[in-house]
Formats: sequence, structure tokens, C-alpha cells
Amino acid sequence: MSKNGQKNGEQIAVDGYDFVEEIAYEPGGESIRSCHQCGVCSGSCPNVLWMDYSPRKIIALTRAGKRQEVLSSNSMWCCATCHLCTVRCPRGIEMPELMHVLESIAIREGLANHKVSAPTMQRTLVNAAKRQGRVHELGLMGRFFLRTNPLAALKIAPVGLKLLLHGRLPLRAEKIEGTDQLRAMIKEAQTIGGAEE
Amino acid sequence: MKQYSYFPGCSLKSTAVAYDESVRAISASLGIELIELEDWNCCGTTAYSSIDRLESIAIPCRDLALAEKTGLDLVTPCTACFRTFERVNSHLKLYPFLKPKVDKVLAAAGLEYHGKVRVRHLVDVLVNDVGVEAIASKVVNPLHGLRVAAYYGCLLVRPRVTFDDPENPHSLDGLLKSLGAEVVPFPAKGRCCGGSLVISNVDLALGLIRRILESADSNGAECIVTVCPLCQLNLDAYQGMVNSRFGTKFSLPIMFLSQLLGTALGIKPKELGFDRGIVSPEKVLAGHLQESV
Repeated sequence: MSKNGQKNGEQIAVDGYDFVEEIAYEPGGESIRSCHQCGVCSGSCPNVLWMDYSPRKIIALTRAGKRQEVLSSNSMWCCATCHLCTVRCPRGIEMPELMHVLESIAIREGLANHKVSAPTMQRTLVNAAKRQGRVHELGLMGRFFLRTNPLAALKIAPVGLKLLLHGRLPLRAEKIEGTDQLRAMIKEAQTIGGAEE
Repeated sequence: MKQYSYFPGCSLKSTAVAYDESVRAISASLGIELIELEDWNCCGTTAYSSIDRLESIAIPCRDLALAEKTGLDLVTPCTACFRTFERVNSHLKLYPFLKPKVDKVLAAAGLEYHGKVRVRHLVDVLVNDVGVEAIASKVVNPLHGLRVAAYYGCLLVRPRVTFDDPENPHSLDGLLKSLGAEVVPFPAKGRCCGGSLVISNVDLALGLIRRILESADSNGAECIVTVCPLCQLNLDAYQGMVNSRFGTKFSLPIMFLSQLLGTALGIKPKELGFDRGIVSPEKVLAGHLQESV
């Protein structure tokens, strides 16, 4: 399946049942078929109260083909990848991996919930990792708040200041020798076009 | 002296620099040699898998390819890096269709990876290679009943079982007891600190951090010991914010295992990065050590 939702030349219906197949093709996504809706994931999740839809509902909605609702929800962006659900799931589903699959599709198609800033956070971090080969935490925070809400930076400014004073936020960013290698790898990965089977 | 390929990760160069300093400081006394992986790149952590599925496997493979050439186990003190590399190895085994794709991406950098690198967390190496008995025999400055909450967090033990129980881990407990510490009951020991959500959703994360601090505090802990740079950052740097948000009065120093271990081994506090803690550990440690810190 290609990135624009085409499979064998057929356009996937926006709210069609093919959504579950689209997910199942991704490594980690195939487990969506084994869920029997017991809800242990939702009961284990420390962040479920912040989510538009609980993890169990995310699976139910995905299987019902509710592509738009799922991809634009805030649920996956509240997942901290703590994997408490994973180790308790009687069907061996790795829910955070499923959440990441949904996140990557939501970002790719510009559907990511605009009220949450986690997508910007993830993108800012990954861009730094790609460009420099290292993440510079001070630079990361600076860029993140500039792109989201600079005023929100005031809220955590005292934390940043304390870290600076304790020598925990070096001003200088590190860069690896192999940035050319990274560039070449990313170019090749984009040519291949995805991790799906 | 047993050699390992050492992967510090980005946090250990910045917010968790005390972790890097203390790990390096204790390694020689424990008979292990950590050789930093040359020109390592950021593992991409869980963020990368939200952005691009293939790159999230292939980019950390550059590190694994470099490590494979050394023929040594790859050890990292960072729990997030550990789990990222473990995920890559496990994905490559679980999804054979990924292998040719990853091979092609690596070939673009003139590299190859055969899936042979054994990825280890520092705790695994300390407990299973060095061994609790050997560590105990080197203690010169016992912690004399210091009441410690041993915090494991999430990714050290989940999702796949590597060396400890995923919900009720215990590997740190025995180690800390061998240093003379008293390990208090700590129901939140395997619960989540919020990780990087502390930046993107601070209100959510503060609630999680509060629950962990409360669990340690109400069980009489004088400090929390952690083995993850993100856990340390969240519990330490945001403790003040938790207090002002919830009207609590927590004052729990959050130490890396390597810092406490180094203290027990008689290494000077300066070398262990204690001055980098935002909630100062000085008071708590001073009451329990033979030598003043």
C-alpha cells in the first residue's frame, strides 16, 4: 500500500473498512485483528482520562473504519508508551506500537489533532536527530516552544533556569561526523517509502 | 577487565550528565571497561516511530551496525535508548520483510547489520555480569539504612521481558540492599513518569510525577533511586512545580543508581555529579555515611 492510501490503484474510502487493513500492513499494526475488546488496556492506562477515546475504543473505531475520528483524536498523543497495557493484554497486543502507527499516518496526512502539541514535539526531536545526529535538549525546547506557544515557555522557564544553573543544559550543540551517512540513509528510506509489508 | 561498547545517548550529554559522570566513575572499580561507541547517533527514541516507521528502525541500525563491528555487547544507561535498540532487534526478527528494506538503507551509508548485537541495560550488566556479591565485597562506605525507593519506571522492564519482571521488578532491590540501604515498599516503582509528555502536556505529566513522589514519600523513603535520565529529570526538575500545583511538600532527592553505588564504593561526591541535583541530596546522604559527603 502506498502512502496516499492507494492500494492496487484503488482509492481507499475515507471512512471505509479498509482502514483496519491499512493499519494491519504496518509492523506492529497487524495485532489490531486479535483484539477481543476486553478493555484491560483502558483500565491499565494512566492517561486514559485525558483521551478522546480510550485505547479499547480506538481499536473498536479503527475496526469500524472511523478513519477521520481516530486519526484526528488526541488519544495516541496522550500515550506515554509506558506499555502497562502491553504486558497485561491477553491477546499480546502492543498498544503503544499501534498508537505510533496511527500517529505516523495522522502526521503524514496532516490530520494530527491541532490542539495537542506532541506532534510538534516529536517532529522537532526527529528533525534534530536527522540533521545533527544528536539531540540538543536546550535547542529542542527552544524550537518546540517557538513553534507552539512561546508564552507556555514561561510556565516551565523556572525549570529551565534551574537546569542551566546546575550545568545540565549545555549551550553548545553536538554534531556527529556521520551526518552525510544519515542524509544518505534517510534519502534511501524515503525512496523505499515505508515499513509496511 | 570485561569490555563493553558504551552508548551514553543524548540525555547523558545534557540533562543527565551526572549519570554519565557517575557511570564512568564507577566502571573501573567494578572491573568493567566502557568504550564509547565512535560517532554514535541519536537513537530517535519513541518519537521517531510516531513520525516515520521505516526510519525509526533503520536510523538506530546505524549504531547497531557500528557496534557489531566491535564484537562487544552494547550497554547503555539510558532506558529509552535501551528499549529503542531492543525494539529494532525484536522487529527485525518478528517482521522478516523489514530486513531487505533496512539492508538497503544501511547500504546507502556503506554499512551492514546482521542482527548480532546484544543490547544491554546498565542494570542488567551490574546485576548479571558484575554481580551483587562482587559489588557488595567492594563497598567501603555502606549506606547504613538509608531508606531508598527503587524506581524502575517503564521501559527498563517493558514491553518485552529481558531480565526482570515487567510489573513487579526487583533487580535493583538486592543491589541497593547490598550497599547497606533499606529498600522501602514502593507500589509506584514500575509506573510511568510521563516521559517526554512533560514538555508537550505538562499538566498530564505533573499528575503522574505526583503519584510516584507520593508513593515513595508515604512509604518513608528519604530519596528515590532511578536508572533512567528522563525519570530523573521529571521527578527532580519538576518536583517544585508539583509542590506548587498540588500544595504538596515533597523534598526527595532523585539519584541515579550509579551515584549511590559510587558513594558506597568510596568515590568522591564531586566525581559522581551530586551537585547537579536540583533537589539537593546532601542532607539525606550526610546523615547516613561514615564519611561526610
